[in-house]
This record gives sequence, C-alpha cells and structure tokens, in this order.
Amino acid sequence: MTALIPDFVMLPWMAFWEGLPPLMQLLFSKTTLIVFVTVCIILTVAFTTYFERKVIGYMQGRIGPNRVGPLGLGQPFADVIKLLIKEIVVPQKSNRFLFIIAPLLSIVPALATWAVIPLNPTTVIADINAGLLYVLALTSVGVYGVILAGWATNSKYAFLGAMRSAAQIVAYEIAMGFALVGVLMAGGSLNLGDITRAQAGGVSHWFILPLLPLFLVYFISGVAETNRAPFDVAEGESEIVAGFHVEYSGVAFAVFFLAEYANMVLISALTSIFFLGGWASPFEGWTFLGAESLLREPSFFWLAVKIAFFIFVFFWLRATFPRYRYDQIMRLGWKVFIPITIVWIAVEGVMAWLRIGPWSGMAG
Amino acid sequence: MFHAILFYSFAAILVVAALGVIFARNPVHAVMFLVLAFFQSAVLWLLAEAEFLAIVLVLVYVGAVMVLFLFVVMMLDVEVEEIRGGYTRYAPLGIVIAGLMVVELAQVIWLRGKEGFAVDGFRPTPEGYSNTEALGSVLYTEHVYAFEIAAVILLLAIVAAISLTMRRRPGLKQQDIASQVAVRAQDRVRIVKMASEKPE
Amino acid sequence: MSKIRSLLKTFSLWELWQGLSVTLRNFFRPSVTIQYPEEKTPQSPRFRGLHALRRYPNGEERCIACKLCEAVCPALAITIESDVGDDGTRRTTRYDIDLFKCIYCGFCEEACPVDAIVETRIHEYHMEKPGENIMTKDKLLAIGDKFDAMIAADKAADAKYR
Repeated sequence: MTALIPDFVMLPWMAFWEGLPPLMQLLFSKTTLIVFVTVCIILTVAFTTYFERKVIGYMQGRIGPNRVGPLGLGQPFADVIKLLIKEIVVPQKSNRFLFIIAPLLSIVPALATWAVIPLNPTTVIADINAGLLYVLALTSVGVYGVILAGWATNSKYAFLGAMRSAAQIVAYEIAMGFALVGVLMAGGSLNLGDITRAQAGGVSHWFILPLLPLFLVYFISGVAETNRAPFDVAEGESEIVAGFHVEYSGVAFAVFFLAEYANMVLISALTSIFFLGGWASPFEGWTFLGAESLLREPSFFWLAVKIAFFIFVFFWLRATFPRYRYDQIMRLGWKVFIPITIVWIAVEGVMAWLRIGPWSGMAG
Repeated sequence: MFHAILFYSFAAILVVAALGVIFARNPVHAVMFLVLAFFQSAVLWLLAEAEFLAIVLVLVYVGAVMVLFLFVVMMLDVEVEEIRGGYTRYAPLGIVIAGLMVVELAQVIWLRGKEGFAVDGFRPTPEGYSNTEALGSVLYTEHVYAFEIAAVILLLAIVAAISLTMRRRPGLKQQDIASQVAVRAQDRVRIVKMASEKPE
Repeated sequence: MSKIRSLLKTFSLWELWQGLSVTLRNFFRPSVTIQYPEEKTPQSPRFRGLHALRRYPNGEERCIACKLCEAVCPALAITIESDVGDDGTRRTTRYDIDLFKCIYCGFCEEACPVDAIVETRIHEYHMEKPGENIMTKDKLLAIGDKFDAMIAADKAADAKYR
C-alpha cells in the first residue's frame, strides 16, 4: 500500500502524523474509519435495493431493473436523485419537529451499531467489552423513529402502523435477546470479536450447529424487527396504506428507506457474526487447499459473503411468503419463540455441564 | 480537563431534559425529554467507565420501558391542562419530597467524602478491567441469594399479572392454530369423478 | 403416528422449506419478460386501438352519417352532425370521438353498416395538450388513409369469422 504513494507525499505526511498528539491521532484515524464504514454501508444499501429488485424479479420470472446503465446498475442512483429533488410535504396538523426528526431517529441506531461490529480480525471501530449489549440497546432504540413518525404525522393510518410496529418490535426483541443469551453462553463473552474468535476452527465450530433453534429464532426475529415481509404489517399497504410513512416524501422518505435496508444489512451482519463465525473462513482446516491458501485465511471477504447470503435470504422470504396476520405475529413471538429460546438455553446449560459442543475446551 | 468539560456539558443537557419532562405541555414531548434524560445519564455513566450500567440503562429504560410509556401516552390522549390545575395544590408536598432527596444526596456525598472516596476526582480504572465481569462475579458470589430472590419476585410479578388479567370466558370462540394447520384437503373436500351430463 | 409426523413437520419447518424451494426453482428459470419497445407481443387482427374512418377505393367517404355508432356507443364518446353534401348525398359535417371517454369496446365498428368507422391496431399514441383527445373527422380520415393497407388486411383476415 505504501509503495503506491510516492515518497515526496508520504514522507511529509508521516512527519506530520508523528507530530500530532496521540489523542489527535486517535481522533483522526477513528473518524476516517467511521466515515469510511458509513459511506460503505450507504453504498451497500443503495445496491441492496437493486439486488432486491433483481432477486425478486427473477423469482417471479421477470428481469428487474435493466434500463439505467449497464445491467441497470445505475438504478439506485437514479432513485436517489429522484428522491433528493422531490419536495418534503409536511402535513399541516402534524407535529413538525418530531415529523422531521423521526427518520433521523431510525437511521442513527442502524448506523451506530456498526461501531462494535468486527469487520476483520483487526478492524473494529470500538472494541468494547459490552458489545453485544450495545447492539441490543441500539436495536431497541430504533423503534422510536417508527413510533414518533406514526404519531407526529397525525394520521390514523400512520398511527395504526406505528402501534403495530411498536408492539411487534417489543415482542420480538425479547426473543432476540434470549437467543443472544444463548450466543453469549457459547461464546463466553459480550465482545463481538471474542464471540467470533470462539468460533475459529472451521464450520464444525460455528455456533449454528449447537444453537440451530436459536439461529432460526434470531434470524426470523430479525426479519420481524426490521419490519420486512412476511412481518411487514407495520406498512401493510393493503390495509393501512403505507403505515407509519404514509405522509413522508422526498428525502425524509429516503431516510426511512435507508434505515430499513441498513437494518437488514445489520441483522445479516450480526447473524453471520453470532452464528456463522463472522470473518472466519469455512475452509479453515482443509489442508488440501495448500498451506498458504488465501481461502483459508480469515478475512473481511468471508464476512461479506455471509452478509450477502443473509440479505439474499431476506429477499427470498419476501418473494415466498404472504404477509402474516397480526395476531399470528404476536402469537409466534410470545408463545412460540420465547419458549423455544428458554428451552434451548436450558439445553445449553446441560451441554455446558457435559462439556460438549463449544464448551468442550472449557476448563473446570 | 477534557473530562470535566464533557461531564458538565452532558450534565447540563441532562438537567435541561429533566426540566423539560416537567414543563413540556405535550405528554409525548415529556416522554421524549425523559428519553433524552436517560441517554444523558447513560453518557455520564460511560464517562465514569460504568459501561455495563450505561448500556443496560439504555436497553431497559429507553428500549423497553419508555416505548411502553409512549404507547400508553399516545393511546390515552392525556389532557395536560387539567392535570396542571392541581399544580399549586400539590406544590408543598413536592417541595418536601425534593428537599428530602437533596438532604439524602448531600448526606451520601458528605459521608463518602469523610471516608476518602472520590475526593481526588475521577480515577480511571486499570487496563483490562471489565466492568461487566466485575459486576457478574459480585452478583453471583456475594449477593447470589439476594439476586435469586429478586429474580423470583420478578417472576412472581409476571405470573400474578397474567393470572389477574387472564380469564377463561365460557362460550368464547378461539382458534386452535395447530388443528387448523393440521387440516388436509382430503379430510374436508370430496372430489367426485363423473361423466359430463348432456341435456337431452 | 400422524401426530408425530405433524409435530416433526412443524419443527423442521417442512412446509416453509417447500415454499422456499418453489421460489428458488423459479429463480433459476429463464425470465418471460418481453422488453417492450424492442420486443413486442403478437397482435390479433381484431385488436381494438385507435379509431379510423375509411374510404372507398375511389376516394369517397364511406360514412353515411346514419349515427348508429353514436347511438350504440356506451360511453357517449361519439358526436355526429350531418348535412347534405355537395353531391346531394348525406354526409357528416362533424365526426368527433373523445378518446378520454372511449372505452375501446368496438361496438361502433360492429354497428357500422358500411364499415366506415374501424378500430386499428395502433395503440402507441399520446396527447400532449388538452383538446388533442378529440379525434376530429379530418384526423380520423387521415389515419384511415395512412393505414389503409393494414386495416384492409386485418378486415380480410377476420372476414371468414363474421
């Protein structure tokens, strides 16, 4: 990397860098990383919308967007430009301040959670001990955007959407939290990096095997938490028009849209980290690939592959299943998922006691 | 120095938010001020390197309790002006309670000061010290009985709440999802094969 | 036994996997999309698109202002005024079709005793200004002249079914 930059740029830069106080160095490097990660997420979200339309199109025997740019790859940018130049219509009887701030409240947690997500064995913005709790706390804060949007709009459809979404998110958060309790029992840490490291050593060490029910519960709760089909009753266009964002237009709508997709990418990333070993390579321990094979090295590539797979599953579910009825969603959350997670935590206790699975290496 | 600036700015926002809870005319605004207050106190705890408590505060209060608060406040459509009518009537009681709390806080600060705690300002925890681990090891060793009893009491509260509200009303039609799902077409529909009839 | 089987099915999410496999199979099937401006679906000669007024091969207008089309039109889209023409025959002085009212049912075509009003296969047309939705007699005749060959071929193809 350093070889790419000529000396007459690099040397003064290094001198300047060494001259900075440590606090400034930290601030500068972290800010760079944060900006980089945020821009990457926003670009990912843009192409996720394109990916969704293509995947669902193919599943329905269509082609999907193919007019803007080669293969339609310019479509996300066309959409963004369209949304940027549209007017933000604020309803007259709405609560103006909350109406404007609600989209921001939903995007900020979705982006802020990336602070604790380990991107590869060495890169993480904030390597904090209570990372898993931080993730839980921020995902639970994301619901405010939806509730406030529904309330501030002063429309019955928006309000109904907000109520549905709030009840749904509160219900599924519990199942999600319990599923994560199982993960942290297996990983023995609240730090996401440590949880990933606990799964090193090939596919057989990934938590998806001992924690299969929790994996399913976590991912399905994640789908419910992001208000995606088949749990998208919060916007249920056939009943309540568009739910909480009926009156949103232009950039304000775009931010909600961005938040929804950013949350999807986030849930995909978290599921990969908690159950599929994050950055770990699935070929770890496959000696016939050669000693120096890059495929066996843990790297960001594997995390990206896993995230892409889960995003595909999100769209696959959307293309396959019809929308759940609202009371059935509540039943599934409270009466099915929570008991399953509690039972499996007890099973894990037994597994830990007998020293099988991820606990086999544990002493005493 | 940097630490102190952060502390005072966040504390100032906390005080403003707490005042906002009381003085906001709109109950939803009041709830949002309370959320802001919780966030600020979480930040203060983070500054004191109590990251576990800070995050749990956000998780439990902001993420769960306040959402339900908002839920209720939005549904009920509270008339603030009516409640405000009793403002002066309850003021003496409020002042007494506030006074008591100030005395208690002062007492704690004074006692701690005498014992030599926190007089030299903020002391950073040593490298590698995990707040979560420390809390866990204390909870599950020294205070394990108290902890378990608290857990049982909470469980009891859940059971009590459910048993109070759950009624089996006779004649109420309920769905049995499992039996609905188990239905097969061959149990319900009889397909008859017959030759087509022609009018004479 | 059936209880156990249904329990197993529930917990293995069997039916969900079945549904997912359907969509996954379709994912790999070729798309059936027709890329419209470049590719087009075949049209029937009976396609009912933009209207036209026809002429006889000697250039005489077919329309005799009998107003049967005006009477039969369910959307009241046709307005006809008639007068005696230069050659002493009954002719229309005004023949307007409001394309916004027209529902393209083809009744006018069926009602016409002289096959004057027809619906062509043209479906790619648009209006840019208010008022352009009114097809006047001149416009209708112009369309009939321009696409005479196509209209005649379509009529011939359909004639044996009438």
